Amino acid sequence: MNLPTSVIALLPEYVLTLTGVLIMLIEAVLKPGTSRKPLGWLAIAGTASTGFISWYQLRLGVLTAFSGNIQVDAFSIFFHLLIGAVVVATLLGSLDYFDGHASHAGEYFALVLFGAVGMMLMTCSTELLMVFIGLEISSISTYILAGFRKGHGTAVEASIKYFLLGSFATAFFLYGIALAYGATGSTSIAAIAAGLATSATPRMAFLGLAMMLVGLGFKVSAAPFHLWTPDVYQGAPAPVVGLMSTAPKAAAFAVLLRITFCGFPQMQTRWAMLMWGLAALSMTIGNLGALKQTDVKRMLAYSSIAHAGYLLAAFTAFPAAGISAACFYTAAYAAMNVGAFAVVTQVGGYKETLRSFKDYHGLAMRRPVLAALLAFFLLSLIGIPFTGGFFGKFYVFSAAIQAGNIWLAVIGLLNSGVACFYYLRLLSSVYTKPAETAPAPVDQTAKETGASLTATPTISIPAGIGLTLTAAATLLLGILPGNILHLANSASSSLRATSATTPSAASSVNSHSSLPPSGHSR
Amino acid sequence: MQLALFIIFGALALGGALNLLLQRHPIHSALSLVVVMMSLAVLYWSLGAEFLAAAQVIVYSGAIMVLFVFVIMLLNAGTEQRTRGSRAAYAVGIPGAAAIFCLLSFVFLSERGALKSSNIGGDLSSATDNIAEVSAMLFTKQLLPFEVTSILILVAILGAVVLARKEQ
Repeated sequence: MNLPTSVIALLPEYVLTLTGVLIMLIEAVLKPGTSRKPLGWLAIAGTASTGFISWYQLRLGVLTAFSGNIQVDAFSIFFHLLIGAVVVATLLGSLDYFDGHASHAGEYFALVLFGAVGMMLMTCSTELLMVFIGLEISSISTYILAGFRKGHGTAVEASIKYFLLGSFATAFFLYGIALAYGATGSTSIAAIAAGLATSATPRMAFLGLAMMLVGLGFKVSAAPFHLWTPDVYQGAPAPVVGLMSTAPKAAAFAVLLRITFCGFPQMQTRWAMLMWGLAALSMTIGNLGALKQTDVKRMLAYSSIAHAGYLLAAFTAFPAAGISAACFYTAAYAAMNVGAFAVVTQVGGYKETLRSFKDYHGLAMRRPVLAALLAFFLLSLIGIPFTGGFFGKFYVFSAAIQAGNIWLAVIGLLNSGVACFYYLRLLSSVYTKPAETAPAPVDQTAKETGASLTATPTISIPAGIGLTLTAAATLLLGILPGNILHLANSASSSLRATSATTPSAASSVNSHSSLPPSGHSR
Repeated sequence: MQLALFIIFGALALGGALNLLLQRHPIHSALSLVVVMMSLAVLYWSLGAEFLAAAQVIVYSGAIMVLFVFVIMLLNAGTEQRTRGSRAAYAVGIPGAAAIFCLLSFVFLSERGALKSSNIGGDLSSATDNIAEVSAMLFTKQLLPFEVTSILILVAILGAVVLARKEQ
C-alpha cells in the first residue's frame, strides 16, 4: 500500500462521507414520486464497505495521522465495527419505513451516514477539539432524525427538547475542555495526562473532567441527566430510536473511556467515585421509572437509562477488566436494543398506532415470529443466560467486584431483579393476554388497526434480514462470546498501551491478525 | 487599565444576557444579544486575541444578528405570552445554577495563587503576530477539526432543508 497514512487511517470516514454526498446528489435528480429504496441500498453498501475497511485496518497496527489527532487502534476499530453494524441494521429496518409517507427518505439515509461519520471520528480521535466536532456532527444529525415525522406533535416535541437540552449539555462539555486546557495547557488527551502530573491547578483539571462527564452523561442518558430520554424516545421514529439509543451512546462511551483512562489516569480514585454514584443512580432511577410505564417505547427508554448505569459500573473497575467489560457490554446492548426497536418498528408501523402495552396483547397469535423475536430480545435485556445481555452483565459486575465495589454490584443485581418485572409484564401481555376484538374501541385509527389485525402484514425482506442479524448477534454473544471478548480485550490493551506511553511511542501494540472473521456481524 | 476594561465589559455582558432573558419582545432580546456579543469581543481583545475579537464582531454581531433580526421581523413575532413556567424548573434550576456558581468560584479562588502566574500553553504570548499564530495552528496541527467542520455545516444545512420543506 503506498497510500499516505492520513488516507488509510480515515478511509472508513472518507467512504461514508462520499457515500452520503453521493446520496444527496442522486436524491436531488430523482423525480419526487420515485422510490428512494436504491439510495438506501447504496447507504447500506457504503456502510458495509467501511466495515470491511476497518477490519482490514486491524492488521495494520496502530496508525496515527493528522499530527497525532487521529489514532486508529484496536479500540477505535472495535467501535467502528460496532457503529457500522448498528447503522446497517438500522438502515435495513427502515428501508420500507418511509414508503408512502415522508417525502425526504433520501435525506434520511444521508443524515444517518453523516451521523455515523461523526460517531466514528469521536472514537478514533485523541484530541478533544476533534472529539467535540465529532460529537456535534452526531448530535445534530440525531436532533434532526428525531423530528423526522413532521406531522406528529410528539415528534416535534422530541426534536426541540432533544435539541435544547443537547445544546446545553454540549456547552458543559466545551467548558470542561476549556478548563482542562487551562489546567494542563493542552487539549490533546495524551498531553493532558502528561500535564496533569505537573499541573499547579489539579482542582481545576478535575472540575474540567467533571464538566465533560456531565456533557457525555447527557449523551448516554445517565441518571441525573436523563430527563429528556423518555419524551424523545417516545416521539422519535422507532428505527431512529434504535439507532440513537445505541450508536451515539457507544461513541460517547468510547470517548469517556479514552478521557478517563488515558487522559486522567492519576485521578482514577476520584472519578471512579463519581462514576459509582452515576451508575447507582442511573440503574435505580431507570428501573424504578420503567415500572409504571404503559408505553412500550417509554419503557424501553427507561430501560436504556438503566443499561447506561450497568455500563458505567464498568468504569469503577480496574482498567484492564473495566475497559474490556465496557466494550463487550456496549456490543451486547447494541445488538439487543437495535433488535428490540426493530420489532417495535415492525409492530407499530410509520404512524405508530400500536404502542401501549395493551396494543401488544395477543401479538403472539397475530405475528408469532415477531413476538418470538421480541421475547428473545427482552430476555436478553433482562440478562438471561444464552443471550448477549447475560455475559455483558456478568463481565461488568465481575470486573466491579474484582475492584472491590461489592455494594455497586449488589445494587446492580437488585436492579436486575426489579427489571425482570417490567420486561416480563410486556412479555406476558404479548403471550398470555388475548387480543382485543377487531373493532377496537379507539376512534378513527381503529379501522386501520383492525385492517392490520386481519391482514397480518408480513415483514419485508430487508427488515427480516436486519432482524435476523440482530437476533443472531445477540445469540452469538450469548453462546460464543469468545470472539468479541477477544476483540474487546485487545481494544482494552491497546487503549491502556496509549495511556502508559506517549502516542508516538505506542507502536505495534496489536498484532492479532488471526482473529476468525465471524462474530462481528450484528 | 485591563482590569477596568474587564469589569466594565464583563458587567455589560452579564447585564445584556440577563436583559435578553427578561425582555418580552423578541426584538429587544435580539438587541441585548448584540450587547453581549460586542462586550465579549472587547474582552477577547483585552486578552490579546485580536483575531478572535474581530471574528466575533464580524460573524456574530454582524452576520448572525442581522439574520436574527430579519427572521423576527419577517415572522412578525409579537410579544411573547407569559407563562408560569414549571415549578420544578425553579425548584431545581435556581439551586443548581447557584451550586455550579459556588463550585466554580470555590475552585478558582482556592487555586488563585497558581492561576495568577499561569501562562496557558504559550499560544498567545509569543512575539509573533496573533493572526499568524492562529492561522498556523489552524492549518497545521488543527487541520482535521477545521476541515471536518464542513461536514458539520453540511449536516446542519441538510437538517434545515428537511425540517423546513413542506411534505409533498
